[in-house]
Amino acid sequence: MTLYRRRRLTNYIILMLSLGATAAGLIVLFLILGALVWNGIPALNGTLFTEMTPPPGSRGGLLNPIFGSIVITAAATVLGTPIGILTGTFLAEFGRGTWVAPAVRFVNDILLSAPSIVIGLFVYEVMVVPMGHFSAWAGVVSLAIIVIPVVVRTTENVLVLVPSALREAAIALGAPRWKVIVMVTYRAAIQGMLTGVMLAVARIAGETAPLLFTALNNQFWSSDMNGPMANLPVVIFQFALSPYADWQVLAWGGAMLITFTILILNILARWIASRGSFQQ
Amino acid sequence: MSIEVSRVMDTPTPAPVPQPPRTHMAAPMMPSDKPRAVEPLGEPKIAVKDLRFFYREFMAVKGVNVNLHDKRVTAFIGPSGCGKSTVLRCLNRIYELYPNQRATGEVMIDGANILDPKMDLNILRARVGMVFQKPTPFPMSIYDNIAFGIRLYEKLPSQDLDVRVEQALRRAALWDEVKDKLKASGLSLSGGQQQRLCIARAIATKPEVLLLDEPASALDPLSTQRIEELIAELKPDYCIVIVTHNMQQAARCSDYTAFMYLGELIEFDETGSMFTHPKMRQTEDYITGRFG
Repeated sequence: MTLYRRRRLTNYIILMLSLGATAAGLIVLFLILGALVWNGIPALNGTLFTEMTPPPGSRGGLLNPIFGSIVITAAATVLGTPIGILTGTFLAEFGRGTWVAPAVRFVNDILLSAPSIVIGLFVYEVMVVPMGHFSAWAGVVSLAIIVIPVVVRTTENVLVLVPSALREAAIALGAPRWKVIVMVTYRAAIQGMLTGVMLAVARIAGETAPLLFTALNNQFWSSDMNGPMANLPVVIFQFALSPYADWQVLAWGGAMLITFTILILNILARWIASRGSFQQ
Repeated sequence: MSIEVSRVMDTPTPAPVPQPPRTHMAAPMMPSDKPRAVEPLGEPKIAVKDLRFFYREFMAVKGVNVNLHDKRVTAFIGPSGCGKSTVLRCLNRIYELYPNQRATGEVMIDGANILDPKMDLNILRARVGMVFQKPTPFPMSIYDNIAFGIRLYEKLPSQDLDVRVEQALRRAALWDEVKDKLKASGLSLSGGQQQRLCIARAIATKPEVLLLDEPASALDPLSTQRIEELIAELKPDYCIVIVTHNMQQAARCSDYTAFMYLGELIEFDETGSMFTHPKMRQTEDYITGRFG
């Protein structure tokens, strides 16, 4: 009887501990979201999306950093995704049984967990210093370096899940290897691959450290990829640290914008993934 | 009515020189058989000579010699792991997909050794079609599933392609079921339909040889029956090789049967003789269900 009671008690304690841990995590998450909404709503007005970042004490918006963030994120995705997908394809389709594949996978995992500030510093050294000035391109490269390992991982993982019978069936028809991969394997895995890209975009949308060293910031409208370009994370960093109340409100607005964009991207990625890859 | 039957006996030692086919007269006694072509068999379509297959160092096929004929169905039977699927996978060199797998010996198709490293694998596989145990429709429409293979070799105007797709689907006895939904996903079909789609896909490229690796083992009895009927219908035009776990299936739809055990070809004979008068003890034990 005591044994039974003790088991029930242990069970109860473990249950409470895990519930408590879950609650703690969720409470923090909702506190963050709540604070963002509470402080961000005042910034949400027409000018947020139509005007440039203002000097302290005057009205303005976040049009130039929003534009900059979209351009830099998009360019980094366009640059990093093909490299990531091709590398993932190599690991899943061609690398089997070679020593290169495990080595590439290991290096990729290191890159995946590398602190983003290190990547920023690296690009600063190899691009910003030789060019002599900060530039959006340098920002694009540093974010692309973050995209690559994420896409490599997800691509490899979803390609490995494609049944080898499907590959064999296409090979047995006499299709060359590349055609099998492009027309059959990718098709079967496209949802998973898209999910990986979405997650990578969500990851870089909020990266600040690499951009501090590369794209820096710009008070004004600029679409020149060769010069410094405004972007949301760095503007948030700068405005939130400033002593000016109106800048701080804009920083909250920008933070809310990024957070909800990432939230939407994540939900979208999950929705795409849940539709299943090749099963009906 | 007579038929020349060429046989290559199981040889414990490798036979490097092709043995002249021994011929004898035999009246075919296939229960399900309609009147068969009486033409003599002549040269084998495929002559397998001392075929050995290795997974790394492990020898899975230990020197198999067998002749496979055009317009005939040859069944490979034997317990799991006996190497029958492996022999099949050598006939189109699909094993090349994997490192650490290799075959030695000779597989002559129309007199050319396809194990020759210089052999163009894509052309080989165009001539030797294959259907797998699990239906493997590609994640694309029914139409594109068939057109995929045809497009690999021929640039056809779309009307001609339509005709070829229809021919293949008719040949695989699937046309009536899918003619109104050619744009639907191949994955939306039932298991049996998917398998017939795969057979249609395999014959759409006009191969000469058709390899069927347990084509019905994942299907229900009715779908199995349809596949077997289909094999009988396709027989006049192809050299068909089928691997099966189902001895009744081998008895029903094949002309010749090869019994394999532990990587060796134990017995090869006309199906009727094999199932009524097996010559080897192991064959008899297997087909009477004493092991396997």
